[in-house]
Amino acid sequence: MLYRETGQFKTTYAADQAIFPIFQDRVFIFALIAFAYLAIPALASEYMLQAVLIPMMIFSIAAVGLNILTGYAGQLSLGTGAFMAMGAYSAYKLTTGFPELNIIVVFILSGVATALVGIVFGLPSLRIKGFYLAVATLAAQFFLVWMFNRVPWWYNYHSSGTITAPPREFAGIMMTGPTATVETRYLIVLSFCIVAGLLAKNLVRSRIGRHWMAIRDMDIAAEIIGIRLLPNKLLAFAISSFYCGVAGALLLFSYLGSAETEAFDIFVSFDVLFMIIIGGLGSILGAYLGAAFIWLLPIFLTNAPQLVGLSMPVDFQKHLEVMIFGSLIIVFLIFEPAGLARLWQIGKEKLRRWPFPY
Amino acid sequence: MSAAGDAAAPVPILRLDGISLAFGGVTVLDDVSFDIREGEIRAIIGPNGAGKSSMLNVINGFYHPDDGTITYKGETRTRMRPDQAARQGIARTFQNIALFRGMSTLDNIMTGRNTMMRRNFLWQALYLGPARREEMEHRAHVERVIEFLEIEAIRRVPVGRLPYGLQKRVELGRALAAEPDLLLLDEPMAGMNSEEKEDMCRFVLDVNDEFGTTIALIEHDMGVVMDISDRVVVLDYGRLIADGSPDEVRGNEEVIAAYLGVVHD
Repeated sequence: MLYRETGQFKTTYAADQAIFPIFQDRVFIFALIAFAYLAIPALASEYMLQAVLIPMMIFSIAAVGLNILTGYAGQLSLGTGAFMAMGAYSAYKLTTGFPELNIIVVFILSGVATALVGIVFGLPSLRIKGFYLAVATLAAQFFLVWMFNRVPWWYNYHSSGTITAPPREFAGIMMTGPTATVETRYLIVLSFCIVAGLLAKNLVRSRIGRHWMAIRDMDIAAEIIGIRLLPNKLLAFAISSFYCGVAGALLLFSYLGSAETEAFDIFVSFDVLFMIIIGGLGSILGAYLGAAFIWLLPIFLTNAPQLVGLSMPVDFQKHLEVMIFGSLIIVFLIFEPAGLARLWQIGKEKLRRWPFPY
Repeated sequence: MSAAGDAAAPVPILRLDGISLAFGGVTVLDDVSFDIREGEIRAIIGPNGAGKSSMLNVINGFYHPDDGTITYKGETRTRMRPDQAARQGIARTFQNIALFRGMSTLDNIMTGRNTMMRRNFLWQALYLGPARREEMEHRAHVERVIEFLEIEAIRRVPVGRLPYGLQKRVELGRALAAEPDLLLLDEPMAGMNSEEKEDMCRFVLDVNDEFGTTIALIEHDMGVVMDISDRVVVLDYGRLIADGSPDEVRGNEEVIAAYLGVVHD
């Protein structure tokens, strides 16, 4: 009953084009942001912040990036993990090379570096499409990971081959490194997560977003109405890689602390791809929902038996977990192939009409 | 009929000279020459496989003719990319609807204005100031197109869910949003019932009348062609067999032969 748009008249195109045109939605999202900033750091346990919320939000940034490329521009990519690695390694190189450089600037610059690499690996997209392009991006995955393993310059010639986030301070607060509090890291990741979503949403509701969707839906028609394919595709690769790069840098600096290339292997690429498929291709909200689903479901499955008082062997539980996870994804895709974002939309429609059936 | 059709000295907006096109050994267009005058409705007709759609593809740069020249707005060219043609004011619709199915009616028509939008992606990401203003200006124009085509009710509907007749109308809207000087319509009335055809005829005539847009259209419905066009070109097996007013073409022996067949003895 509370969720009605009756009486909310839009008198300008700006109001009609708003991200949340319905008043109740705006209230909800601002309440959610306020809750995330004020209540969660005070209330949530360290486990909740460190193991659940921080990585979930980092992966949601990568999912937004991949959704721009795959969901909006229609270019299938399996190189997400490698682009995240590029972000992590370039952030590491930047901050060890220029320790006085603000760490937030480092994150953004590592995104820019990843964007340049993304453009290079996006070049084949002018000639090849679909699965063939996916194979070409697979080359990025294997080449970049191989490079970070084999070129010692990337990990500053450490004998262990790992990169470690050094302690960096900003405005007197320790932002990264072992002494940074989990709350600080949570707030950094949260801020990146929100800004990333806002910028992405702005892009996809503007001219450039329409170009991407036009290329996705029918590239020949797009070309004939004056949309140039190459610059628009490369821009999609660049922006998508920028997001993945920032996510990779955050993964190293705000979550893992130290990492090797295994943290960015092909399974990371698959995970992020699953996130946007489950969440909804071509939906920014879907990227967040999908990231939450893929990240939270295994955690929930791990803890569920204990919660209901069941005890079972650890390896058996691990197998069960994988089986349930896989079958849930299949069931889910059969019932709602358009993803969680579509479910959310249907739910809102129902809510608007409630308690009437139509 | 169009107002500009009876102007004293008709100016050709587009002139095609000796256009030839072959795919491998198959000749699609064979030495075709005709012109399209500013402000007229020009019909291109012919039996299936006559090369009509290829002709439109040549005009908007999607196919490059093997031979011959195209003079558009006084400028002669042989090769041109489709996006350049779009920038110079050539818009078109397609025989098989080529809308962006996942996008709403509004977004589809907004893409028609892409060549006029200038702000780069950084501004768009911020969605502030100039980028926002630009978006609103173009939205206002697109709303006029939506109003003109009477499709206000389906503004937010993904076009993939619309019935065929409405999709054709949205596609016309996308072409109109570009404010073209030359509008190419590839079978705008194909597969429509007579009511939808009447609507579409009215839109075509209104576009020509109100905006002074030059229109080249391919159509199989002879009643429609004879009623709305100022001049007609007839193609058969890639050759131009007749060019003139609807009445002249109707009486042309070769045209009758091409359409009805003749007894060879």
